[in-house]
This record gives sequence, structure tokens and C-alpha cells, in this order.
Amino acid sequence: MKHIISALVENKPGVLAHVAGMFAARGFNIDSLVVGRTEDPNLSRMTIVVIGDDHIVEQVRKQLARIIPVVKVQDFAGRAVVARDLMLVSIAVPPEKRPEIFALVEMFRGHVVDISQKTVMVEVSGPETKIEAFIDVCRPYGIKNVARTGTIAMPRQGTSED
Amino acid sequence: MSSESQSSAPAIEAAATVKTGAQIVVDTLVDLGVETMFGYTGGVVLPLFDRLYDAPIRFIIPRHEQGGCHMADAYARASGKVGVVLATSGPGACNLVTGLGTAMMDSIPLVALTGQVRTDLIGNDAFQEADTTGITRPVTKYNSIVKDIKDLERTVREAFHIASTGRPGPVLVDLPVDISVGKYKCNGKAQIDLPGYRIRTKGHARQISMAAEAINKAERPVLYVGGGVILANAAAELRTFAEKAHLPVTMTLLGLGSYDQRKPESLDMLGMHGSAYANYAVQECDLLIAIGARFDDRVTGKVATFAPNAKIVHVDIDPSSISKNVHVDIPVVGDAKHILVELTKEVEYRERAAWFTKIADWKKKHPFRYDKKAKTVKPQYVIDEICRQTNHDAVITTGVGQNQMWTAQFYKFIRPRQFISSGGLGTMGFGLPAAIGAQIAKPDATVIDIDGDHSFNMTMTELATAVQYELPIKVCILNNGYMGMVRQWQELFYNRRYSCSYLKNPNYADVARALGAVGITVDKKEDVPKAVTQMLAEKQPCVADFRVEREENVWPMVPAGKSISEMDGLTILESMA
Amino acid sequence: MQTDSPSPAGPAEDSIPKTGAQIIVDALLAHGVDTVFGYIGASVLPLFDRLYESPIRFIVPCHEQGGAHMADAYARASGRVGVVVATSGPGACNLVTGLATAMMDSIPLVAITGQVRTDLIGGDAFQEAPTTGITRAVTKHNSIVTDIRDLARTIYEAFHLASTGRPGPVLIDVPADIEFQKHADGPIRLNLPGYKIPKNGHAKQIGQAADAINRSERPVLLAGGGVITANASEELRELASKANLPVAMTLMGLGSFDQRRPESLDMPGMHGTPYANFAIQECDLLIAVGARFDDRVTGKAEAFAPKAKIIHIDIDPSNISKTVPADIPIVGDAKVVLAALAGCVEYRERPAWFARIAEWKRRHTVDYDRSAPTIKPQHVIEELCRRTEGEAVITTGVGQHQMFCAQFYKFRHPRQLITSGGLGTMGFGLPAAIGAQIARPDALVVDIDGDHSFNMTMAELSTAVQNELPIKVCILSNGYMGMVRQ
Repeated sequence: MKHIISALVENKPGVLAHVAGMFAARGFNIDSLVVGRTEDPNLSRMTIVVIGDDHIVEQVRKQLARIIPVVKVQDFAGRAVVARDLMLVSIAVPPEKRPEIFALVEMFRGHVVDISQKTVMVEVSGPETKIEAFIDVCRPYGIKNVARTGTIAMPRQGTSED
Repeated sequence: MSSESQSSAPAIEAAATVKTGAQIVVDTLVDLGVETMFGYTGGVVLPLFDRLYDAPIRFIIPRHEQGGCHMADAYARASGKVGVVLATSGPGACNLVTGLGTAMMDSIPLVALTGQVRTDLIGNDAFQEADTTGITRPVTKYNSIVKDIKDLERTVREAFHIASTGRPGPVLVDLPVDISVGKYKCNGKAQIDLPGYRIRTKGHARQISMAAEAINKAERPVLYVGGGVILANAAAELRTFAEKAHLPVTMTLLGLGSYDQRKPESLDMLGMHGSAYANYAVQECDLLIAIGARFDDRVTGKVATFAPNAKIVHVDIDPSSISKNVHVDIPVVGDAKHILVELTKEVEYRERAAWFTKIADWKKKHPFRYDKKAKTVKPQYVIDEICRQTNHDAVITTGVGQNQMWTAQFYKFIRPRQFISSGGLGTMGFGLPAAIGAQIAKPDATVIDIDGDHSFNMTMTELATAVQYELPIKVCILNNGYMGMVRQWQELFYNRRYSCSYLKNPNYADVARALGAVGITVDKKEDVPKAVTQMLAEKQPCVADFRVEREENVWPMVPAGKSISEMDGLTILESMA
Repeated sequence: MQTDSPSPAGPAEDSIPKTGAQIIVDALLAHGVDTVFGYIGASVLPLFDRLYESPIRFIVPCHEQGGAHMADAYARASGRVGVVVATSGPGACNLVTGLATAMMDSIPLVAITGQVRTDLIGGDAFQEAPTTGITRAVTKHNSIVTDIRDLARTIYEAFHLASTGRPGPVLIDVPADIEFQKHADGPIRLNLPGYKIPKNGHAKQIGQAADAINRSERPVLLAGGGVITANASEELRELASKANLPVAMTLMGLGSFDQRRPESLDMPGMHGTPYANFAIQECDLLIAVGARFDDRVTGKAEAFAPKAKIIHIDIDPSNISKTVPADIPIVGDAKVVLAALAGCVEYRERPAWFARIAEWKRRHTVDYDRSAPTIKPQHVIEELCRRTEGEAVITTGVGQHQMFCAQFYKFRHPRQLITSGGLGTMGFGLPAAIGAQIARPDALVVDIDGDHSFNMTMAELSTAVQNELPIKVCILSNGYMGMVRQ
């Protein structure tokens, strides 16, 4: 099962290498990993999606917490969270079929961000299932390129802290 | 508990003086109470060596950085202090890897300082440049490179704090040469700043009560003790606890010495080459209380059938150790010393007559044995004799393999920090440099390296270090001309195809003499006691080469993938009774 | 680059299932491996058992570091891929210095390490270490095999990666259970989409370089270890004589050009000859081939060859303009590029330039006090060079004696000087001599060593005894760490 793990880490060189190295050494699989700054310039947040049973994810959480520059680790499994992916997708669309794509984009609340003679680039954000669904509906047209951020997440207000 | 989170240190300008980076490092080491360091010089650490020359720190130079690292490690194991090792960039740092890995696996507090090329050359493949922090990341508890002299003092203080607290381990600080020669106004009062580093000392009170209750209810409990008890200096608390609750005690390889093995409650070592009585007791117990032990594969055998009838209490300072390999019913995260004191308050004495009778029967039926009537020199006999003549009181180091297992089986330890051995990584060549480090930590102790010939070959050049510093260490080589443990496996599982497990050895007594030590060769059984006496009496480093039975096996043995009660060799042992 | 498999892809129904250990041994044999260096341990027992029955010669050192250096020197002396095997945990850790030594000097090496069973990985099992994590920074590539179906391909890829492009050490980590499992391999197809080897060099750049050479009044050719690695000494000599160029060599390049010839400037750099350094500082064109402008050669990089246009020929694009900006970069194989260049250059006399060089060489010979009553280390090396007629294979430790060796032994052939140039690994000399002697049984192999360097790995002397290798170790014993004392 998929677990979203959020780790608050010190914003300094080598931390990403520590985390990635731990995953490799312990044989854990990363589905996605996103790193970004937080409101505190000294801290970064890593959002890591891990696939595995509870035992494995428990180990991941503990091993992460053991890394010295990792300040706080939370597993969002079983909690109400807002989880989002952002995707840029380039679709092969001849001009005559653009309206079909525009309709789909509308339906998925995406944005068309670039158009060329033969392609349309679309930005879609949302839960992973929505992103996957958008890819599925676009597939018949021909997908040229996909870039995805991986999941970021935050617990809903009012749910208990770890 | 969060480490002190004082806001950045208030600058006390009055006390601050301008110092070089090298001076800052040396002054900080002195301030932290470092008395002894081990290490090897080289281009980029010259500024440090220059400052150390004038410092009140004893400096021991090995023949190879690996030796230096093992020495610092054993110094820490023998003394309970933090071991410190210094090496140059590139090959010097690379040569530390095995020593760091050894310390990491056994949770030994060690600080390694490495030189690095100038910060502006980093990443250019400069002469003697290596990505030291990248290479050593998996074999250290933490490492970092100092790129700004302002961070230098704090980083060194943090290294000692991280190395010695929580679950201890090696910490490496990489020092570019321009930082060492740079200058900075420094007041010597830098505060550590580790927001991500928390140590839980006190166990959860409810968990402790649950554990005590389980102990009080248990009919057939076993206390299973690992190296964590020794690291936490909790051997006295362990004894009080075991006596009050009336528990039999088995120890892992690294736990040996935490409980007096002469006592009837001692089940000695468990696991792959452990005692039959320990393994039977674990498999039959209804409660297993693990303290500072990590259920590694050499202890558990087949995990699925380990202690099948037992509820498991696990006391450990490292939450990631809990339920890692074996499911734990009552986890208690915290410092072993503290938790043992709390547990002792809540437990009651119970007779458990049937259980102790059963254990006594197993002990009587399946002791560690060897063929005492044999005409050859049995390696076990040599260890027996050393144990007898040193009256259980020597500090013993070992190599890895049969020599290590026989030492664990036949030397009966009585005190913590008396047995110094590479348990987790299983590093051949650890014994000799470890003996040097232990002797420096304990100048008055009798320190003996019980080694295998192939283990000794790996680092024997360090004998010259013992000679140089006039350390009266003893090296007792159980010389069978093979990598004995590998040969044993080849005999048992590969139809005696002894592929590459044989090496042509030098004459060790000659090697010892060439390096300035005393050398003794023993081929006859009747000469063993005399040779041991002579070895113990020597004031110089001494190597005794015991030409032992060549194809002797370590029994009992739990084959890979079997439960620990499924031991091979028990009938062989019984035939020797 | 996708490389062709030895046979076309497709199911091979006739292949018989083999154990992983056997697959490894067969893959080694398929690559013509005749010698393996290494140390046994629990996790490589199945592999050693299969090696026992194979025609491969196995050399067991006293310590895995020694084994890695032996395999490295075997590769340097023979031009083939060196192979080293070690067990998990301490065995793998003990390889690190040897791998880094090979990495810095671009030596083709394949290391096979045992690992604990796949189900134990990450659990801190006995003799477990995260080998790929530790060695990532000291290998060209490494990987762990967790599926027996990938085993043969991974080994084939390792040999390919180690020996092509800019060579280097490649490590494969094999868990013990993979060695036991059985699998029937079909044809093996390498799968390295991210790996591209430049070969021929850009024709326009080569033309520009030839032009620059033809126009140059004061050129210097600087040969690095890449020339030796590419087996391009012949082409180097051809270019130098056709265009009439003086040749300087880095430590790693020594042997690529006969040092007895008048065009040889010998070694430049920190401990190099004054005439090489003067020539580089005065030249108007520096043609660097397979050299990486490291700090020991350039000194202060900004003030290096200040008057020169720089041509840099290297197979590794990341070397170009790394420390010194190149005016004409040529990415390609030294052998191919040098041959192409030789085809485009013209002979020029350059009498003024050669006269100046001759004058420098006359006035600034590297010399020592010949009247001293003590044993001068330089004298020992000079005598050794004279008696061996400059034909011995020389290995060294690191420090003063290494530099004396580079200064006073005049090398004539490639693969004749075997020394740790980049990492500067003390203790390299003795195991290197063993590896070199095994690669070249009929050669005279001498380790010119320092006492402290020798101390580091001296146990390997018993490996030489066990394998009856007639190596010579010449210790220049001064009781100090000479270079550090200096």
C-alpha cells in the first residue's frame, strides 16, 4: 500500500544524499520524492511516497527519524490529508482536434499552457488518481512527454498531530 | 528529549581570540577531555599535526589507517570514552572505511577527523581527493564537511555529542586544508545545534510496568542481553535486576562480560555457535526480555521460529531496532541503565524451580566440550588454559572466525568491557590493533589478542606499532593454516573442496622478532601451559604461534535457515564427554 | 550506447539452468579472464566453489586491499580488465581504497562482492554493509543484482563499462542467494541506454588542431595516462616525430614516449623537471592528450601555460575545461584522434625553440649530490635503471621515492611504470608488483618503495612467496615519512 511520509529536514548540503542513501542501503522503494523549501529558511520538507506493507513503512519512518538532520517525520497513512500532484503533459493534437482536448482540460480543471502546430501542453494538478485519469483520456491522441512533480501533501486542519 | 536548543551562542567578544582552524580543533578536543588520539599524517592534515605536537594529547601512529581506526574503536570499547582517529584525505580517508563500518555495526562511539583538499579544489579530482563524506555516509552515524571556519568548533562538539549519546556510533568530520589554516575569532564556547537529534532516555512508565508485570507472571523467562547493556554502563543494574527477579541470562557475542559467566544463572552465549542450553532455553521460554540486543541473524537463526512460545519484551535506545527483525510485544525505548533501575523496582522474586532445574539439566548434558584426550594442540585447550592462568581477568580481543567463536565459548568473562570483538561487521584483522587500543586505554591490564592466522595476516604490520609504544600486548595465534570457519563450511557444505581457504603462512615467531617483539612457537600439547605462562610474563609485545589441530570444527552450529534449537554437532560433542 | 550482444536475441531453448555462481564464472571465462584476485568469505562461498573447478587462476592476498591493488596493477601491466572478488561487509569495505586508486587513475577493474541474502538486506545482518552506497563515489558504476535473470547481463555490462570510454572500476554486488539460485540464460544483450562512448573526435576540431600545430612556433605535447590506457603510444610517437614536437609526460603518462630521446621533456609539475615546466610556461601551443590538468601538474591553474593556446584531447568530455579552459577541445579516443592528427600535420624545424629547450635541459638537469658518502636514494634508482637498461617494470609507493623514481628512472615503454598517481595510495607498491608480475611472468618487476609505504601492506610479501613470484622490493628506508618531513 502507498504511504505518504512527510519529513522536515535541515536545509543543508548532503541531506538529500543521506536520505536517498538510506533508502538504497535498506532496500526500500521510493515511488516519488519531492523536496522544497518551507516557511522557515532553515528547513526543507521532503514528501516521500513509499510502497510497502506497514512493517516496511514503519521501518522507513524510524530509519528516516534516525538521520541526524531529519527534524520530524510523519506518516500520513490513515489521516485525512490533501495530496496533490502537478503534471505538465504534451499531447499530439492536430488543430482540428484541439476543441476535444480543450473540453477535457476544462473537465479536469487544467490549463493549456502552450500550443504548437502539432502539440498542446497542459498543466493539471490534483490527486494522483485524477492525474492518472487525465493521462488515460489523452492517451488515444498520443502523449509526447510527461513531467510530474510527485506527491506533496498536508493534513487537513482539525486532524490530530502525530 | 531535544538536545539543548539554545539560540545561536551569544558572542562573548572579550574572551574570543583569533586562532587557526587547526588550533580551534585541537583546543576543542582538549576541552572535550580527549587524552589520546590515533592517526596517520599526510599532506592536508599537516597543520593539525603541527598543533597536536604542542597539545596535551597522546598521539599514537599506526602503520595503516585501518589499524588506527580499530585502535581508536577498541580504546573506546575498553574505556567507555570516545575514540578519536585522524587521517589524511583520499587514501587516508578510504583506509578508514572498514574501521568505521566495524564501529558502526557495533555502535561504538568514535570521532574520525579527516583532512580534505582545499575547498576550491573539491570535486576536481585533485591529488589525494576523495568524496569522503559520500563514501562514509553509510558507515557513520553522521558525517559532515566543514566549509566555513565559523562552523568548525560547533561541528567538532556536535560530533562528540552525536557519537557518544543515544545509540552511539562513529561520526566523521571532514576538514579541508584551507579551513585548518584559516583564521577565526573563536571564544571556545560554541553551542551544539541539532534540531533533528533527539534522545529518549527514560522509558515509557506504562510500558515498563507492563514489562514488569509480564516478568512477574512468567514461568520460564530468559533475559537476553546485548552489547547495549555494556555501552550503557548498565552491567551492575543488570545483575541487580536479574538477581531480584531471578532470571537466567544469555548474552550475545557483544553482550559477553555484562553478566558473570561463572554464575549458575548464566546461559552464556546464544545463537549460531552459542550454547545448546541457551538456545534450548530461548526456544522454550514463555518470556524473552531483550535488553540492548538487536535480534540479528546470527542470534535468531530462522526468524519465523525464533522463541516461538515467548512473549517478547525489548528494551532498546534505538526505536528503529524494535520490531525490525522479530515482532515485539512490549517495546520499551530508552536508556538500558535507567530502564533496568525502574524495572528492578517493580519486579518480584520467583523461585521457578522447574525452569531452573530444566536449565541445569541442559547445562549438564550439553556443555561446550572438546576432545581433552587428543594428542594434538586443540585450540579450545589453549583458550581454556589462558582463561585459567589469567583467572578470568584478562582483556581479550579477537579476530573473526573460529578463533572468535572458541574464545566466546571457552573464555568465561566476568566484567563488562573485557571482551573486545567485531560482532556485527565481522572484520578480520581487528584483533591486533584492538589489543593495542585496549592496552593504551588500560595500561595495567593483561591484554591478549586471541587470533586466527588469517585474521592476523591482515593487519600484522601493526605489531611494529606495539613495539614502538612499548605495549606489553600478547598475541596468541591459533594457527591452523586455514581460514578455519570458511574451511569448516567447505567441509560441511561443499564436499571438502577447500577453494582458496589455505594460505602459506610466514613463521610468526620470526615475523615477531623481525618487528622487535618476542616470538614463541608451540607445536606440542604438553608445552601449552608453559608457553602461556611465558607469554603472560613477557613485558614486551609477544606473539605465541600455537600450531593447532588443523581441521577442528566449532560446535554446536545452527546451519543457515534453521531454528536455533536445530544444532549440528551435539552428538559429536557428547562423544567427547 | 546499445552494444551488440555476441549472438542475436531470442529464446535459447537449449540452454541449461545454471547456478548464479556458475553464471558468474562462465561470464568471466567468456571475457577471457584467466586470473582473479580475491579473498573468500561466507557470502562468496558458492562462487569460490565454482572457481575451484574452473581454469581460472586464483590469487589470494592477505587483505582485500592488497587484492584490489594486485588486480589494478594486473590491468595496468597487461592492458586487460583486472578482476577482484571479496566477501560482504568487511571484505567489500577493504576494497574501497583499491577501487578509489583505480578510479582516480582510470584503470579497468571489475569487482565482484558477495552480499548477505536478499531477505536480510537492510537488517544489519552479520557482515552486511551497503556496498553499493559506500563504493558509489569510488566506482565508474556499481549495481546490486537482486534477480538472477539480470546476473549475466550485469557482469557483461560491467566488463563493457570498465574497459571502454574512460575506463574505471565497476562493482557488482551479488547476494548469496542469487549465487545459489538457478537460471537458464538466453543470449545476453547489454542494456545501457545512458552510456555513450565518443570515439573519432570532431573532424572540424581535428582540422583546427592540426592547423594550430602547423602554425605554432613553440609547441609542447603533453601526454597523460590516457595515452597509455588507449594503447596510443605508437600514434603519439608518430605525431611527435611527424610534426617535430617536444613531449612532456605526466606521472601517469611516463612510458608513453621514450625518455632517452632528445625530444622528451620528461615530467612537468610540482616535482617535475625545470625544462618541462619552463617549456610549458613559454610555449605558444600546448597539446594535451589524455591528461587531466590536475593540481600537481598545473600548480596555480590561472598561471598555467599563460602564453599558450590549448588543445585538449580526451575521451571524457567532463575533463575538458574542468580546471584549465581548452581553446580547441577534441572529445574522442586518443589512438584514433592522434592518428587523424598525424595525417594532417606538417614537419617544421623550429630550431630556436629546440635550441632553447636543449639549453634548459643542459642547465637544469635534475641532479643530486654525487659526492655524498651516504646512500642517496637517487643513486639507487639511477643504478637500477642502468643495470636494467631502462627495461624493468617499476611499481612504487607514494611520496619522495615515487618522485625520485619518476625523475631518475628513464622509462621507454608504456605500462612500464605502475604507480598510484591520482589518489596517491601508500602501500600500493608491493601488491602492485605482485599483480604486474602475474600479468607479465617474464618481466623483471621491481617495487621501489618507501619504508612507510612498505609498512602499510608488507604482509603481502607472503602472497609473493606463496605464488613463487620473483618480484624485487627495493626499500628506500629513511625512517621518516620523507615527503611529509620535507
